[in-house]
Amino acid sequence: MDMNQYLSMFIDESNDHLQSLNENMLELENNPEDIAIVQVIFRSAHTLKGMAATMGFEDLASLTHQMENVLDLVRNEKLKMQDYIFDTLFKSLDALQSMVQDIMEGGEGKADVTSIVDNLQAIVRGEKPGAAAAASSAGASSAESTLKAALELDEFQQSILEQSIGEGHKAHYIEVSIREDCQLKAVRAYMVFDLLERFGEVIKSYPTVQDIEQEKFDKSFSLYYITQKDADDLQGMIMNVSEIGSAVVTPLDKESLVQLTSSASSQAAATVEAPEAPAAEAAQPAGAAASKPAAAPVQASKEAPAKKPAAGGGTPAPSRTIRVDIERLDVLMNLFSELLIDRVRLEQLAGEIKRNDLTETVEHMTRVSADLQNVVLKLRMVPVDTVFNRFPRMVRDLAKSLNKKIDLVITGAETELDRTVIDEIGDPLVHLLRNAVDHGVETIEERVASGKQETGTIHLKAFHSGNHVFIEITDDGHGIDRERVAAKAIKNGILTQEQANAMSDDEVALLLFAPGFSTAEKISDISGRGVGLDVVKSKIESLGGTVLVTSTLGQGSKFSVQLPLTLSIISAMLIKTGDEKYAIPLSSIVETGLIKRSQIREVHGYKMIPYRNSNIPIMSLKQIFDIPGFDEENEEETEIVVIRKGDRVAALTVEEFIGQSEIVIKNLGKYLPSVEGVAGGTILGDGQVALIIDPNAFIK
Amino acid sequence: MGQELKVIVFKLGSEEYGIDVDKVETIERILPITRVPKTYAFVKGVVNLRGVVIPVIDLRGRFGLPETEPTDQTRIIIVNVEDMQVGFIVDSANDVIDLDTDVIDTPPEVVGGIKAKYLDGVARISDDRLLIMLNLSEVLNKSEIIQLEGIEA
Repeated sequence: MDMNQYLSMFIDESNDHLQSLNENMLELENNPEDIAIVQVIFRSAHTLKGMAATMGFEDLASLTHQMENVLDLVRNEKLKMQDYIFDTLFKSLDALQSMVQDIMEGGEGKADVTSIVDNLQAIVRGEKPGAAAAASSAGASSAESTLKAALELDEFQQSILEQSIGEGHKAHYIEVSIREDCQLKAVRAYMVFDLLERFGEVIKSYPTVQDIEQEKFDKSFSLYYITQKDADDLQGMIMNVSEIGSAVVTPLDKESLVQLTSSASSQAAATVEAPEAPAAEAAQPAGAAASKPAAAPVQASKEAPAKKPAAGGGTPAPSRTIRVDIERLDVLMNLFSELLIDRVRLEQLAGEIKRNDLTETVEHMTRVSADLQNVVLKLRMVPVDTVFNRFPRMVRDLAKSLNKKIDLVITGAETELDRTVIDEIGDPLVHLLRNAVDHGVETIEERVASGKQETGTIHLKAFHSGNHVFIEITDDGHGIDRERVAAKAIKNGILTQEQANAMSDDEVALLLFAPGFSTAEKISDISGRGVGLDVVKSKIESLGGTVLVTSTLGQGSKFSVQLPLTLSIISAMLIKTGDEKYAIPLSSIVETGLIKRSQIREVHGYKMIPYRNSNIPIMSLKQIFDIPGFDEENEEETEIVVIRKGDRVAALTVEEFIGQSEIVIKNLGKYLPSVEGVAGGTILGDGQVALIIDPNAFIK
Repeated sequence: MGQELKVIVFKLGSEEYGIDVDKVETIERILPITRVPKTYAFVKGVVNLRGVVIPVIDLRGRFGLPETEPTDQTRIIIVNVEDMQVGFIVDSANDVIDLDTDVIDTPPEVVGGIKAKYLDGVARISDDRLLIMLNLSEVLNKSEIIQLEGIEA
């Protein structure tokens, strides 16, 4: 079998399972008694083990198997979760993660996990019951197992067994266990079946033959068997197969079969009477089909309440999905961009030709393509959870290493962003979160001394507003000390004392993001604060976003990041100056207006105009871009566009407004260097290129 | 016998120039050009070529030759060099010829007003016809352009 075609699927699914394991381990830490969470963890580990074994990654499968042994004890309530068990399991997850990472980088996923395995095995041994208890529990387990298997028999199979016994054949219930270290369970199981088929007939096996062939069983399987051979002979023959750990052969006669059937019936009756069982299931005959679906709803209903409180907003239920290569989505996006251009051109032609049927057809096409655009854009949207989901573990580890107690509360994880933004926003958020854990929230001693709870809270929140996504990180720590920050900024030459005195608290807090704020010299109280924050700010601004900070001394801080929904299609105001058309992103425009030339005044060398009880700078687009063909000075009135960057505004003079339009952002080609004030280009309905203005460049 | 080279022949003024046909994507009639402010003077702007925005260079300006107004013969040659798509505005582009690389000589210091470093060589096609082969990498070399701009400023 060629493994390469399955490798990327294996990697994707492994990462999914590792993510699930981390999430549920953290949940279990909050609810150590909740066995339902252990079941979820066990299933993820089990699936991961099966996949790894199938792909031939032995080390990965082996470590997961050891984890399963611990989890199996916990889910069977033979072991209670404690700190040292959590720590060992988390270390196991880290090792698994590095193994998968190695596989992603072309390696074989090998790692030395001897000490982790030793710890896992010690946990298993440490909780082992005494010999008498073991014997008793083994007996009970055997009885339960028999009952479970008996539930599987249908009427036809049961009648075959009864007839065979009546005719003088021997019937046996056989349970086979394969040794722990066996690497080819399916082969060993096949050898057992092959052996048995030579001397009789297998009536029923659990799991099914197909499942066994696919190694969908832990380490044991059981079956009903008709033969002429004695139980002792059978056991001897089975034990001769390599790597068989044990074989238990139980002879069956009519009485024991009837007894098993009676027990099965009462079990089935109990199942039907269970209130959680769906009504439709009650009509089913007793057997696996009835009992398994009955269990699933119980499991699901148990999981849901446990997840909701922890998740806060409530995580949507897992849904059916299909993986789509991101490159295909990009191709689809590009094709749609071309369609949008043609749509705009058709609208223009329809306006010129003035034929009613053409106009109506184009209007319909416009509606259809608008709907298609929404669908295409949504395809690129990814829940911010794909970035948030690694943060609980990060915060936990960081807090532990600093001897702090911190809860991370996440809301709005389902908020969606364009994939291109998602890919870029992870690192800035890591910076901000680390800053909140390291410098925002106080130590336990400091918190108690100031009358706060020992455990601090960091709230990570995402939500939509208009065409933007907001991500806020709020902590209930000690806030930002205005005086210390200002003093440091003055010392580093970022501003003067007079400037600092004139600033609001929030403006001072923004100094944390100033380049040059951090130096080798450190003030102990805020040591390390600000390291990297200027990088955070420039990264967010390069995405067309902004970052703000508000803080109250002694109560906490809030960092707010605002991001555009998508980077590829924007709404823009088209303007004309001289012979040239430009597009200004609507997200930067506060308003448009008309102003008399007499209202323009010179203040300290800058041209200013009155605006909403204050004065704002006014700039000439003609002069900035040296646009020919427009004599601005002779106009008595001039059109202006008021633009905004953060909380600062300015006005831009233009000659004429064309109208609002949705535009596809294109780059201007690799040959051209970046042009200040130009964010890119777009193709207008007439097929010509218009430059997209970057208003950020005009507001210093 | 040297290699056979197929070249696009174009004109600037009275001189003929050649570009390896492998580097040429398309030759277009003059398209509407959108001016791009605050960039090199010889960059006339950008054009829309079937949905892709491509910067356009006036080769006359690039080589310091006198610039002229477009005519019916004016063409934009779209080339792809080192993963960059660029359009060259030329006076005309009428010919594709096969060239034996043996006839290409090292260029003298200056040919047709263009410095040797922008040239791959010169080829005498016939008694009265000289072809100047362009070195596209050097023509598009940005670091040199930056130095030039620095000197001028």
